[in-house]
Amino acid sequence: MNSTKAISYVEALNQALREEMHRNHLVFIMGEDVGELGGLFKVTQGLLQEFGSDRVIDTPISEAAIAGAGVGAALVGARPVIEFQFMDFMTIAMDQIVNHAAKLRYMTAGMASVPLVVRAPICAGIGLGAQHSQSLEAWFVHVPGLKVVMPSTPADAKGLLKSAIRDNNPVLFLEHRLLYAQTGPVPEGEHLVPLGRAVVRRAGSDLTVIATGRTVHLALAAARLLAAEGTEVEVIEPRTLKPLDTALLSKSVKKTNRAVVVNDGCRSCGYASEVVASVMEECFFHLDAPIQMVCTKDVPMPVSSTLQKEVMVSEEDVVRACRTALAA
Amino acid sequence: MGISRTCQPPASGSEPISAETRLEWYTCMCTIRAFDREIITLNRAGLVAGTAHLYIGMEAIAVGACAAMGKSDLLTSTHRGHGHCIARGLDMGRMMAEILGRADGYCQGKGGSMHITAVSQGMLGADGIVGGGIPIAVGAALGLRLKRDDSVIFCFFGEGAVNQGSFHEALNFASIHRLPVIFVCENNQWALSAAFAKTTAGQSVSGRATAYAMVGETVDGNDVEAVFLAASEAAQRARSGSGPTLIECLSYRHEGHSIFTRQEIRPSEEIEHWKRQDPIERYRRLLIAGQIATVERLKEIESEVRSDAERAVMFAKNSPEPDPATALSGVYE
Repeated sequence: MNSTKAISYVEALNQALREEMHRNHLVFIMGEDVGELGGLFKVTQGLLQEFGSDRVIDTPISEAAIAGAGVGAALVGARPVIEFQFMDFMTIAMDQIVNHAAKLRYMTAGMASVPLVVRAPICAGIGLGAQHSQSLEAWFVHVPGLKVVMPSTPADAKGLLKSAIRDNNPVLFLEHRLLYAQTGPVPEGEHLVPLGRAVVRRAGSDLTVIATGRTVHLALAAARLLAAEGTEVEVIEPRTLKPLDTALLSKSVKKTNRAVVVNDGCRSCGYASEVVASVMEECFFHLDAPIQMVCTKDVPMPVSSTLQKEVMVSEEDVVRACRTALAA
Repeated sequence: MGISRTCQPPASGSEPISAETRLEWYTCMCTIRAFDREIITLNRAGLVAGTAHLYIGMEAIAVGACAAMGKSDLLTSTHRGHGHCIARGLDMGRMMAEILGRADGYCQGKGGSMHITAVSQGMLGADGIVGGGIPIAVGAALGLRLKRDDSVIFCFFGEGAVNQGSFHEALNFASIHRLPVIFVCENNQWALSAAFAKTTAGQSVSGRATAYAMVGETVDGNDVEAVFLAASEAAQRARSGSGPTLIECLSYRHEGHSIFTRQEIRPSEEIEHWKRQDPIERYRRLLIAGQIATVERLKEIESEVRSDAERAVMFAKNSPEPDPATALSGVYE
C-alpha cells in the first residue's frame, strides 16, 4: 500500500502530470499560460522548470490550433495533455475535438489512434460570468469516440488523470474550479483509478443520489442532514461520465427504489437527463417515485454572487429533491 | 498483389532530372487520372458509397510534391485526396474498395473517399473538414520533434482553406516553433461555387506567408517539375531547421466540385483555358519534344495505367460488403 498525504486537488493533478511525464518522455503539455505562469489555476506549476520548453509548451491564444496540434502529435505517437483555461473556450476548438479526435480511430478502422487528454476547469462559482462558467460535458458525452472524466476528490483527480494519460483514446478531463483548493488524502507514487468505474461515496438504503463533480459534496452534505432525520441516502459518483458504469447505478437504485440525479450542467438535454434515461431503462419497475433531477438553471451564468447562487445547484436544491423523491 | 505507383525523387538532388524519373512522374500523373475517371463510371453505375472529389487536372501537384518526400516523411490530405494517396504509393485496389465502401478498403468501409488513411505509409489521412488537417500537420511535426525524428510533413489543402481560422492559427504556430512543415496550397480557383478572386482578400495565398515570417512561393501547379523544385527546396529548408514554407500551386479542377455536385457555374471559357494548360498534356509534349520518350512509349504507359485502374476497380467490385457487426465496433480501443 502506498502511504497517503493530504494535498490539494490542484497539487494532486500536478503530481499526476509530473509522475506521468517522468514515466513516459512522450507525454507533454500544451496550452495557454501553462509554462512560465504554471497555468491560470497553477495545475502545471513547476513543470516547465523541471521538463523544459519542449515538453511544457506555452501556446498563442489559438484554441483550434492547440486542439489540432494535440490531435496531430497524438497521431504520431506522442501523448499530449492540452489545457483549456476554461471549458467555455473548447467551443472554439470543437472541430478538432469532435470531428477529428473523436472520430479518427473509427473512421480509419483502427489505423489512427489519438491518445490525447483535454483538461479544463468547469462551472461557475467565482463570478466570471456567462462565458467562463459553463459545464458543457453533455455536448461531449454525446459524441462517440470521446471519454469524459470528472473527478470530485484529490485522490481521484490524481488517479483518474494518470489513467487518462495512459488511455489510448481521447479523454476530456473536467475539473471543477471550486474543488481546486480542496484537500484530501492522496496516495503517493503510483495510484491509478480506472476509467469507467463509478464509486459508492456513502452507503444508504432509502434513496440513491447520483452526483457528479462538485455536486458529490453537496449530495454528501444533504445525506448527512437527512441522516439526522433518520433517512439513509446512498451517494454514487460516476467519476467517468462516459463510458458510464450503469451497472453500479442500477444496482443501487434497485436496492433503494428511489433516485435523484445531480449535475452542474444546464438542465435541457443535460448530462442528468442521460443518467435518468439509463436508470429508467434498467430500473423502471423498481422505482417507487419519479426520478428527480437537480441541474443548473437554463440561463446564462450571471456574475453577481446573489444571482449566481440562484442559478447554480445548491445543497438546499439537493435536499429538496431528495424530500420530493422520498415523499412520493 | 497490390496495385501501386511510386514517384521517386531524382537520384541526387543536384542532378538534372533523369529520363527515367520523368517517365515515372508522367506515369504517376496518368495513373491518378485513370483512377479518377473510373470513379465517374462507377458513380454512373451507382456503385460509389457516398461522394468523391476528383483530382483530375491537378495531378502535377501531388506528383511533384510527393516526389520531394522521403520514405519516412508524412502527409495530411484533403477531401480531394486521391492524387496524394496514389502519389504516395497507396494501393489503388484498397483505395477503390474504400470508395465503394467495401471490406477491403483502407478503412474497411467506414471512411470512404474523404478519409482514406495509411498511417504506415505516412499518410495521416484525407479530411472532410476544409482546413481541418492543417493544425494536425503542425501537431504531427511537434510530435516528431519530441520523438527526435527528423522527418518532415507535407500538408495539403485547397485555397478554400486559407480563409479558415485553422489555417492562420496553424501557420503562426508552425512558424514560432520553426516546425518542419511544407504547407502546399492547391489553388484550383474555386471552392465549390466560391471564386477565389471574390472570396480572398489580397488575391494571393503565398503572400500570406509574409505575415507569418515564413517563405512563401507561388508556382505553376500544372508544371510537375516546378512543383517538385519548390517542394524540394521547402523540404530541405524544413530538414535543416529553418522552419515551414507555404507553397501556392496554381491549378484547376477539370470536373465539378464532387461527383454529387456536378452543376457547373464556372465560365466555360475559363474551363477551356485551363484545359489547354492540362498538366499531363503539357508534360507529354515536353517529353516528346525533349526526346525523352517516343509517342509509342507514352501510349504504352497510358494503356498500362488504364489497365491498372481497371484492376483496381475489379478488386474493389470483388471485395465483399463489410460485416454489419463491424458498424458498432472500433469506436474505442
